[in-house]
Amino acid sequence: MSAALTQTWYMTQRQLRVFARQPAYAIVTLIQPVIWLFLFGNLFKKVVELGGFGTTSYLDYLVPGVVVMSALGSNMWAGMGTLEEIQRGTLDRFLTTPVSRAALMNGNVVNNGLVTAFQSVVIVLLGLLGGADYPGGVGGVAVLVLATVLLGTVFGALSNALGMLVRERESIIGINTFLLLPLTFLSSAFMAPAQMPGWMRHIADFNPLDWAMVAGRSALSDHPDPGDILGRGGALLALAIAAVWLSIRTFRSYQRSV
Amino acid sequence: MNTRAPAVEARQLTKTYPGDVTALDGMDITVAPGIVFGLLGPNGAGKSTTVKILTTLARPDSGTATVAGHDVLRDPRRVRRAIGVVAQQSGADPVATGRENLQLQGRLYGLSGAALNRRVDELLERFTLADAARRPVKGYSGGMRRRLDVALGLVHRPEVLFLDEPTTGLDPEARTAMWEEIGRLAGEEGLTILLTTHYLEEADRLAERIAIVDRGRIVVEGTPDALKGELRGDAVHMELGEPVGEAGRTRLTDALTALPAVHEALCEGRRISVRVDDGAAAVPALLAALDRAGASVASATVARPSLDDVYLRHAGRRYAEVQAGPEAVLAGGVR
Repeated sequence: MSAALTQTWYMTQRQLRVFARQPAYAIVTLIQPVIWLFLFGNLFKKVVELGGFGTTSYLDYLVPGVVVMSALGSNMWAGMGTLEEIQRGTLDRFLTTPVSRAALMNGNVVNNGLVTAFQSVVIVLLGLLGGADYPGGVGGVAVLVLATVLLGTVFGALSNALGMLVRERESIIGINTFLLLPLTFLSSAFMAPAQMPGWMRHIADFNPLDWAMVAGRSALSDHPDPGDILGRGGALLALAIAAVWLSIRTFRSYQRSV
Repeated sequence: MNTRAPAVEARQLTKTYPGDVTALDGMDITVAPGIVFGLLGPNGAGKSTTVKILTTLARPDSGTATVAGHDVLRDPRRVRRAIGVVAQQSGADPVATGRENLQLQGRLYGLSGAALNRRVDELLERFTLADAARRPVKGYSGGMRRRLDVALGLVHRPEVLFLDEPTTGLDPEARTAMWEEIGRLAGEEGLTILLTTHYLEEADRLAERIAIVDRGRIVVEGTPDALKGELRGDAVHMELGEPVGEAGRTRLTDALTALPAVHEALCEGRRISVRVDDGAAAVPALLAALDRAGASVASATVARPSLDDVYLRHAGRRYAEVQAGPEAVLAGGVR
């Protein structure tokens, strides 16, 4: 067990190095959330007047939505990195060493989780700079970040599995572009559930993005609802475990095809 | 011959990839410990698939294999500890430095602390990468990367080292340097090397034993000298003025083998290859025999037998013609 943990740490370190030595990449991924925050924040400013947002400032409402969206946007491309490692021969090299498969995959998971947490905190701070208010305080932010990391893990692990299975950039790009907008807009990212058409609201109830947003918003509000937080958070945790398990299993089908 | 247990033993390995591509069709290999064993064959012959199975990366459809005494299917973890793998693409991390790549590789085998650093320094020095050790690998030349790949495969002092086409894609200078390095490795105590290559010269120069692979199986195995010795005398290669059909071919080879000096004659397209004891002395008689049989000869060359001739004899095809891609000329032209 401890060997698997140290190996996971080695693998995480390796990934973090890429992040640390190519900071431009991490900064570029923050440009989009900034645009979302300030464009949408201003464009839909008046929408809170419709009611049901639980706040009088649209920015307060928008920040958790953008945090979760950005996590989806960065994690869903994790498979591209895996694909690159396959093509470069790195994955095969590791698979012929005694490193555990779980460590190999969990290195990705931990790295993506740390990067997601970092990006989430930056977006929360940018929101603060723009005048957003977080009554739930630091604890609330922590819950939002944690829920977001879990959501990122779900999509990061699935993307990695996809990369190992299809081994084509085009397929990952196709599936991601197909999923990104529906997942975002069939959630409470921009619009309060109370203002959504009934059918959309029902779909959103099954959308993991929405779970992370609901949990995060509740934790950031004046009166956090433990039921919302634990229920949605628990569902995300279960989903994340299942996705990571699946991605570790995918090594087998990958090795069958090499 | 060594009496210890073989370092690598594969029995009747088969593997078919989706789309009915038969990669291995009854591959049998036995590699004695402590030697350099060359798997020689053209691209697509099944060399890499064999290496992938022996290194626990891929699973065969049927057959068994042991490496360093451990079963690759039942005990892959033990096999992984005992082997070093230098694949065609070993994928050193381009963002990390040479030193960092080696350190990580060592840690995966459980090395740490001062022992790890000593080993890494030793390898950097040995593969003349010490000066570049602190630079990211993405700035390395092809030869430097390949040397790093080999160093990565050696970090934990494996019993069996797999080198899958170690010099493919290297320029001639880097290739010669790599050959020297592999030659030095071969002298190391107890290290067994399984080398795959499609360069005849490489196998001839580095391997103590060679197995020629064609269409997923071994067609012949032996020492380079024994294989070449099988082809006594010289090879005379003649180019016909115009191509001949199936019947014409038989007629010509019959006419040639009827000569007392000729051991063997093979005709392929417009090319006829003949084995004789003394090539230069036999040429006039060969030309006369072909002339009588109604064929005109455009050119004739006399050569010492090469592995190319061994390949032709056992695989029934000329090596250069099986090779695909730009490297065909180089590999086929090597004598």
